[in-house]
Amino acid sequence: MSEYLLEANNLTTSFKIDGEYYPAVDDVSIRIRENEVLALVGESGSGKSATAFSLMGLHRHARVSGEVLFQGKDILKNNERQMNRIRGGDIAMIFQDPMTALNPLMKIKHQIQETLKIHGTVRKSGRELYTIELLEKVGIPRPERVAENYPHELSGGMRQRVVIAIAIANRPKLLIADEPTTALDVTIQAQILDLIRELQDDLGSGVLLITHDLGVVAEMADRVAVMYAGQIVEVAPVRELFKNPKHPYTRSLLNSLPSEEQLGSKLHVIQGVVPALNKMDREGCRFAPRIPWIPEEAHEHQPKLREVEPGHLVRCTCYQDFYLDTSMGHGEMEKRVEALQMEEGGVGR
Amino acid sequence: MSANLLEINDLKVHFPIKGGFFNTVKDHVRAVDGVSIAIPRGTTYGLVGESGSGKTTTGKAVMGLNEITEGDIYFQGEKLSGKGKKIGVHRDIQMIFQDPYSSLNVRKRVFDIVAEPLKNYEKLSKSDLIEEVLKLLDRVGLPPGSLYKFPHEFSGGQRQRIGVARAIALNPKLIIADEPVSALDVSVQAQVLNFMQEIQQDMDLTMLFIAHDLGVVRHMCQHIGIMYQGRLVEEGTAEEIFNNPQHIYTKRLIAAIPDTNVDKVERNMQLRRQIKEEYDQHFAEYLDEDGRVFPLRAISETHKAALPVKG
Amino acid sequence: MIKFTLRRLLITFPQLVLLSILVFFLGSLMPGDALSGLIDPSIPAEAIQARREALGLDNPWYIQYRDWVVAMFQGDFGNSIFHQRPVLDVIGDRLMNTVWLSLFSVIIIYLIGIPLGLISGRYKDSLLDSVITGYTYLGFATPTFVFGLVLLWIFGYHFGVFPTNGSVGAGLEPGSIDYILSKINHLILPSFSIALIGLVGTVQYLRSGVIEAQQKDYVMLARAKGVKSAALYLKHIFRNAIIPIAAFFGYELVGLLGGSIFIEWVYAYPGMGALFLESISTRDFSVANVLILFYGFLTILGALLSDIILSIVDPRIRIK
Repeated sequence: MSEYLLEANNLTTSFKIDGEYYPAVDDVSIRIRENEVLALVGESGSGKSATAFSLMGLHRHARVSGEVLFQGKDILKNNERQMNRIRGGDIAMIFQDPMTALNPLMKIKHQIQETLKIHGTVRKSGRELYTIELLEKVGIPRPERVAENYPHELSGGMRQRVVIAIAIANRPKLLIADEPTTALDVTIQAQILDLIRELQDDLGSGVLLITHDLGVVAEMADRVAVMYAGQIVEVAPVRELFKNPKHPYTRSLLNSLPSEEQLGSKLHVIQGVVPALNKMDREGCRFAPRIPWIPEEAHEHQPKLREVEPGHLVRCTCYQDFYLDTSMGHGEMEKRVEALQMEEGGVGR
Repeated sequence: MSANLLEINDLKVHFPIKGGFFNTVKDHVRAVDGVSIAIPRGTTYGLVGESGSGKTTTGKAVMGLNEITEGDIYFQGEKLSGKGKKIGVHRDIQMIFQDPYSSLNVRKRVFDIVAEPLKNYEKLSKSDLIEEVLKLLDRVGLPPGSLYKFPHEFSGGQRQRIGVARAIALNPKLIIADEPVSALDVSVQAQVLNFMQEIQQDMDLTMLFIAHDLGVVRHMCQHIGIMYQGRLVEEGTAEEIFNNPQHIYTKRLIAAIPDTNVDKVERNMQLRRQIKEEYDQHFAEYLDEDGRVFPLRAISETHKAALPVKG
Repeated sequence: MIKFTLRRLLITFPQLVLLSILVFFLGSLMPGDALSGLIDPSIPAEAIQARREALGLDNPWYIQYRDWVVAMFQGDFGNSIFHQRPVLDVIGDRLMNTVWLSLFSVIIIYLIGIPLGLISGRYKDSLLDSVITGYTYLGFATPTFVFGLVLLWIFGYHFGVFPTNGSVGAGLEPGSIDYILSKINHLILPSFSIALIGLVGTVQYLRSGVIEAQQKDYVMLARAKGVKSAALYLKHIFRNAIIPIAAFFGYELVGLLGGSIFIEWVYAYPGMGALFLESISTRDFSVANVLILFYGFLTILGALLSDIILSIVDPRIRIK
């Protein structure tokens, strides 16, 4: 048996746009050990959520290839029935927006019991009690009452706890959390993150945490994979990534955050925009158009993800020559790049 | 003339709650319940709070979008408000909204969106109007080719620029920015923040910046007010709020922000847990018998907090 | 729940009062009054005046209105000038015919429309969906009475399998099995005429409801729980998609009660719609007036029914 709980190799997921398929997840390989939190970071359109949904086989109209080994078995080869046994069982998912993730017509307890019933975790007679225990476990006060409530009667934070209760109901081995706190206030976010950490400790599960919030990454992750334009551009242990980021995209991203050190100065701006799925140049380094001051020779023709230090992988050689462009700032140059993109019609998704 | 461009005095906005058998007014939601804010000319004031704190309602009241229950609003020393009604729309006060997409009319072209306030307030010939709009687009960094495009043809950051172009069309003195970057990606957020600072300097704008992201507010604002349930719990310079928070709620809010500094993660989480404990135990002491936050008390010349009166 | 229903009923009351005042004034605008049709030219003017006073026709409007309402509560809706019988008797015969017709139609609409809508949405863009959607476009473009005439010609005259007029065969004992069968036999063509056209709205509404619900986050979460396809559609998608349809039930039924006018005319079916057309053409305003009042009353009732159904099926409404 593999040392990894989950091992995705060359996962590629393509969506149909105007009759043609374009990969939104492009040859992605990730590994998650038991009891490990892997953060998948990127901006909207980077393909991080599409990766998560592909792992669960939740895309209906997409073309998916590669392999996803879960506990050594390729689950991409599973049929729908076998997949349904894994979904919500050994692999569970937490969704982004608690306001829309629960069925408005079903009582909370029925939404939890539905997953218990499918996976036969507890016998029918014990379900009622186990539901209450679950609600208690995710920190919901007066669980007996909340069990009888409908979703609209609960606050966002409480609803997210219910979503988490559903996810952990069958003691999953892998938890996929897709932006679990993005829609929440910061104090609630802190509580939910605490809860996820606690449950992970308790269950010993692996966690795939999808987020755009680098602060959340720093707090939660053991390892980090950074995605840009459908590809993973950098993978590193969390300390290494924040202390010694290598890929130009990672470095640009970290510098564009408002921080204590940058007070009073301009924030770093990444020029241009993420290319649209069907207008992306798939040859060469995908980040190259956004760092035009780096000479062409610095990039590879077919950029590979290479291990540059133990456990630290970077795509393309351009990181060696990369420096943050401060001279040109964002003013003129950016305007020029954007004007260019407008004319090509490359903007807008 | 006062040094403050905008002064809000004891603003209250209460919304009725209807209920019971006859659907009568049972009570009021005190969305804003006695807020006073003064913003010096040319500065940015950050209004921070979690959802339901009343920060957006405060901004809307100044914009004339909410009825005011009580209180006065002075703009350039001139009184704007009256009790029980909305204040009149003022051409020198403009707003930038949170979601650049839904706040723009998707059926209108950029030209019509940006030209709308000009058409309302100024009589310009068609050619003058186009010229004026082109100037505004250039100012916000959009190419002239965008004039006849629709909002959906732009990225999120660019849409926010369209929103800004519309807001500055009439050369306003005060901009109310309601969560202007919270729907944007980090890199786009940086773009918009930089650019808002630029515009502010160029046009000598005063800004009321409403946000829940303390990192962003710290970057943008000289003064910060923290709101909780319709009232200010603390107010001061950015430096005072971040380095010397006095109110337990402010402390908790600041401690809750995840930091990207991996060296501080352990310490931060410890601090957060500690403050959470303190908060759970002592928060009741920070409220009066009606469960409301105390009035602000001065700590220094610029720093005020709603601390309980000891003794 | 009970509180909601009670409050909803309470709102209905002023609506009814407003409606009755409106109809009352409409009635007083019509030419002639209760005596016009009864008066013999040989009766002296003083006697007429005495009759008028006795009937309260010279009283101020609010007294007259009160008398009118009180009379209605006592079951006196006035007399039909044309039929020379109490209005209530005239309507009474026809009322049940129309109620049966509407009920039959609404049952057919839901029996056929709901499965078609669900299938169409579930198998979007399939051949089956294309056929169903094509049918709904056709249905939208066809006026009910034209469709009714076509059915009448095909099944009534060409094949002769269904009766072409009336609501029951002649000479049958009311209450007997034959009588009931004959009634049903007379209902089939008109109710299918109404339903086959009337269901297109339901089908289209449901189809888009299903397609929309499929994209919802809670459906994605249900799939992530491992819910099987059949259960996914039954518990999560169909239930949510059907809410607007359920909520529309009251309006639909009332719409049919009032909207069967032309079909009743096509099939010479003695219902209220036919009566309404007849009363207008014979200037029998006392009947027309009561029918208007009745239709208005039904509309209010339909809205009430819809709201109550909605409060039962949607927990979000129940609380407010």
